[in-house]
This record gives sequence, structure tokens and C-alpha cells, in this order.
Amino acid sequence: MGCAFHFSEHPAVESVDGRRGVENNESMPQAAIEIEHLSKEYPYGFLHLKKKKSLEDLSMRVEDGEVFGFLGPNGAGKSTTIKLLMRLIFPTSGTARILGKSIDDVSMHASLGYLPEQPYFYDYLTAYEVLDYFARFHNLTAADRKARVDAMLKKVGLDTAKKIQLRKYSKGMLQRVGLAQAILHEPQVVVLDEPMSGLDPLGRREVRDIILELRREGRTVLFSTHVLSDAEMLCDRVGVIVGGKLRGVGAPGELVDMKAQGMEILFELPGELPNLPLLAKATRIGDRYRTHFPEAELYPALEQLKTVNARILSVAQIKPTLEEFFMNLVEADRAQASAVDVSGK
Amino acid sequence: MRNIRAVAANTFREAVRDRVLYNLVFFALLMMGAAILVGQISIGIEQDVIVSLGLTATSVIGLFIAVFLGVALVSKEMDKRTLYALLAKPVERWEFLLGKFCGLVMTLAVNTAAMALGLYAALWTVKHPLERADAYILLAVYLILLKLAIIVALALLFSCFTSPFLAILFTAGLYVAGLFASDLRTVHTVKLDPSALAFMRGISYLLPNFQNFDVMSAVVHGEGVSSAFVWSATLYAVLYCVIVLAAAAAVFSRRNLK
Repeated sequence: MGCAFHFSEHPAVESVDGRRGVENNESMPQAAIEIEHLSKEYPYGFLHLKKKKSLEDLSMRVEDGEVFGFLGPNGAGKSTTIKLLMRLIFPTSGTARILGKSIDDVSMHASLGYLPEQPYFYDYLTAYEVLDYFARFHNLTAADRKARVDAMLKKVGLDTAKKIQLRKYSKGMLQRVGLAQAILHEPQVVVLDEPMSGLDPLGRREVRDIILELRREGRTVLFSTHVLSDAEMLCDRVGVIVGGKLRGVGAPGELVDMKAQGMEILFELPGELPNLPLLAKATRIGDRYRTHFPEAELYPALEQLKTVNARILSVAQIKPTLEEFFMNLVEADRAQASAVDVSGK
Repeated sequence: MRNIRAVAANTFREAVRDRVLYNLVFFALLMMGAAILVGQISIGIEQDVIVSLGLTATSVIGLFIAVFLGVALVSKEMDKRTLYALLAKPVERWEFLLGKFCGLVMTLAVNTAAMALGLYAALWTVKHPLERADAYILLAVYLILLKLAIIVALALLFSCFTSPFLAILFTAGLYVAGLFASDLRTVHTVKLDPSALAFMRGISYLLPNFQNFDVMSAVVHGEGVSSAFVWSATLYAVLYCVIVLAAAAAVFSRRNLK
């Protein structure tokens, strides 16, 4: 299915939603997160002489109070970007600011919450002890700490398991502890690396609710995911990263042309599919048939189906999804990579 | 300071929950066995045997804890990625390192203090009442603790830039070299090229001089330890630890976590 993609090749110049890029940001209000030309190379091979680009000239803004989804396949550079923002790794070039402060400024972390990908905590501690430990790095009184830890454990559904050592926790429970420590100190900006990972459907829903609650409270959320439905459901804007390069930024609906791409009819027939020109492309699925064609041909098609006593089950517009947009970029990237390989040989 | 205290307290708690202090049971059994045995086989040297065995065991067990746990202080946090969530808090990397160092030194202090108690208990079984000179055992234990603090700092430094295996190897190697640091300064008795001599003398000042902390033979024989010796050893240990920890902080401040 063909889709018309509207995205900027270089969002630093102009992004899909018409916002001017970070290079001309003097007149713009302060963004929650501003990333400017961030690149990361990893040395590898004998004596580390070769270099692999993990992130290439990334520039983007996450506005104050928005939920921003960072999309991309595994190894695209999502976690690298987040680790760079957290100063867990250091950029080869470029800079970033969070709440107007350089990411080198550790004091900025007082207003920042972070959930690492596949979080792992001190397994000799209980959930209560872990949260109490992390709360000690914020300027909280003992009473305040206790109140917040108790409230947070309740919020993430671990209040009944708070006295169990983390070595006995499931992956999903650890994810909840990770989320709790990220928002314990009520940060203004929350960065979540794959927050739905390892959670069952109920857990995913709870995380979604927490993200929506953070948005209601006016906090900024940046989360990475490769689950597109989560991004479509939660995000004000998304950024798509493939092969270390940002390939598009915008609202989920704006990233792809949301104009209908055609019509789809699902129907049942008492016998075999008659030889009708418009229905020649129909696909049989069990007892049912599915066919699609341009919107202008809808009524003639319905007339033809009426003549053969077809039972219409549904008529729907075909719209491109974020998933298709995403997959298209991934495939284009792979095709480009293999083309480079071939020409290199 | 608050951050360093929190990391140190957690490091101590980790050591306790990981049953590091269980080594005290082994030490207690060793001292009990020694006390019973020397009572039967030695005449007049029970005290010497008990004290030298107790101090050697305190030093060796402490050495194992300092090297292995010292290396694990940072490498384990990086391997298990427990460090990620912590460094996202308003915590400087050097605060984390210093907290880890203080936590392990605190663990070693509790451990050596408990061993000193065990040593006195064993000594009491072979001779009582204890004499005033026996108080020097406490000074010997204190000096062992200073030596262990330097080893922890070295282990921490190596684990900041190399693999745990190599860090253990380097720390153990420096410990052995440090036992002979003074000998390198008196190597002029051997015929060597002057530049080689100067090099060895330079190296001897870089190496931790563990002979600065060795008072075992004096204490075993009931001789005193001067306060000047204790003060200079303390100053040496503090300065050495500060320099090594500063180097560790400099390396770790730009370390990319995996």
C-alpha cells in the first residue's frame, strides 16, 4: 500500500509540523529538551581504530509539557540518545540542554526522572529500601521521604510486595520499581527508556495511565518505544529514528498523510466469486472476501456486489498507519545499507 | 556530603547482606583452635603465636575483602547497570566513587574491629589478666586498616578503566610490589646503572609503601609503637588514598557506561 510521507529529512532545518528547527531557536520559548547536532561514535576492532556511528547529527526539541515518543527499531539509536542526555555516555560532538541547563550540569537532575531500559536494581534491597535510597539524593526530610515512597509504591501497585527483596521480583515488577524511582521526586521532565518492556497488558495499561497523568500534571515525558500503538495512543509528537538518524518529527497524524488512500469492503458470498471486473482483485479469507479500490469506485462496486447477493460486512477507509510509515523507513534504510554494501564490493 | 553518606551506607548494607562478615566466623574458629593448640604445644610463647596468627589472619582476610570487593565496587554496578538510575539523580560521579570507598572502608573497619575483639578473647584464654602492652595490638589493627584502605583505593582506581580480572591482577601486583617498596630504595648496594637506580628509586616512591604499616614483630614481642610512627603512617595513608581516589574520579568522570 502506498503512503505519502510528509517528514523533514533534517528536522533541524524544518520539522513536519511547521516548527522552525533548533538552529533558529532564539525566538522560541524554552524547550524542555533541546538537542543540537548530537553524534556518537563507538570505536571498535583491534586497537579501537575503526569507528561505528551510533547516532548521527541528531537535532530536535521536546516542548514543555508534551509527551514525546521516540520511535525506532532495535539498535536505531534511541537508547544511545537517552544515555547521552543522562550523561551515562558522552557525545562525540554536539550538545543538549534540559530545562535550559546543559546536560553537564548535575543539579539539573533534581528536575529529571529517568527509567533505564530493562532496569536492574540492588537485588539485596526491598522495593521500599530501593525507593528510600534513591529519595535520599533529593532534598527531602525523612517524613517526606516515607510519605512519597509509600504513595509511589501504591501508585505502581507494589505496596503489598514492598518488603520483599528485589531478587524475588519478576521483570514486570522491576519495571514498576524503575518507574516509581523515576517519578518519586516529582520531576518536571521524565525520560523513560522502553517503559512498557516486560509488562503484561494490565501493566502496560497502568504505565499508559501514569504517562497520561504526568501529562495532566503538566510534566514533559520523553519515552522510547518500538510499540507504535503506544506512541499513537499517548504522544503529542513522535520522532522516528532509524540507523542513528532522525527521519521525521511530528504529531502521529501529521507524520503520515492521513487522507484516505482508498476503500476496503469486506463481504460474504453464497457461492464462488463471480467474474466481475471490479472484484477481480478480491482476496478470499475463509468464507469472506476482502477487496480495495479507489474511493471513486465505491458505489459501482457496491452495485455489483448487490447484483450477486453479496452480504456486506464492512466498508472502511484505508488510512496509512504510523506503523506503515515506520516500516517503510526501516525498509528504505535496509535497502540503502545493502546498496552501499553491493557498491562497496 | 549527603550523597556520599547515602552511597556509603548502602555499600555497607550490601556487604552485610551479601554475608561478607561471615568471614568472622572463620576467624573466630581459627583463633579458638589456635588458643587450644598453643596451650598444649608451646611453652612461654603462647602470646607470640596468638598475636602473630591473629594479626596475620586479620591482614590476609582484610586483603581478600579489600581486593575482591574493592574491584567489584564499580565494576559490579556497571555490569549490572544499577549505576544507571543512580547517576540520573543529582549525584556527581566522584561522590559515587567516594561513597563506595567509604562504605567498603567502613565494612573493613567493622570487620577488623571484630577480629581485634576475637584476638583479645583468644589472648585472654592463654594469659590473664591482659597487660598494658597488649593495647599495642589495637594500634597494629588500626595500621592494618590503613593499609587496607589504600588497597581499596587502588582496586577502585583499576576497576574504573579495566576489566575486573585485570583490576584484581593489578591491585594484587601492586600490593606485592608495595611490600618491597622500601627495599627498592636501598637497592644501591647492588651494582646497577645509575639511570636504572634512579628509575627504581622513582618507582619506589610511586608504589604504596606497605612497610610503613608493619608493626607486627614489635607488637608480638611486646615492644611499643611510637605515636610519631602512627601519625606519619596515618598521614601517608590519607594522602595516598586522596591521590589515588582523585585519579579514579578523573578517569571515571569521562567513562562511557555500556
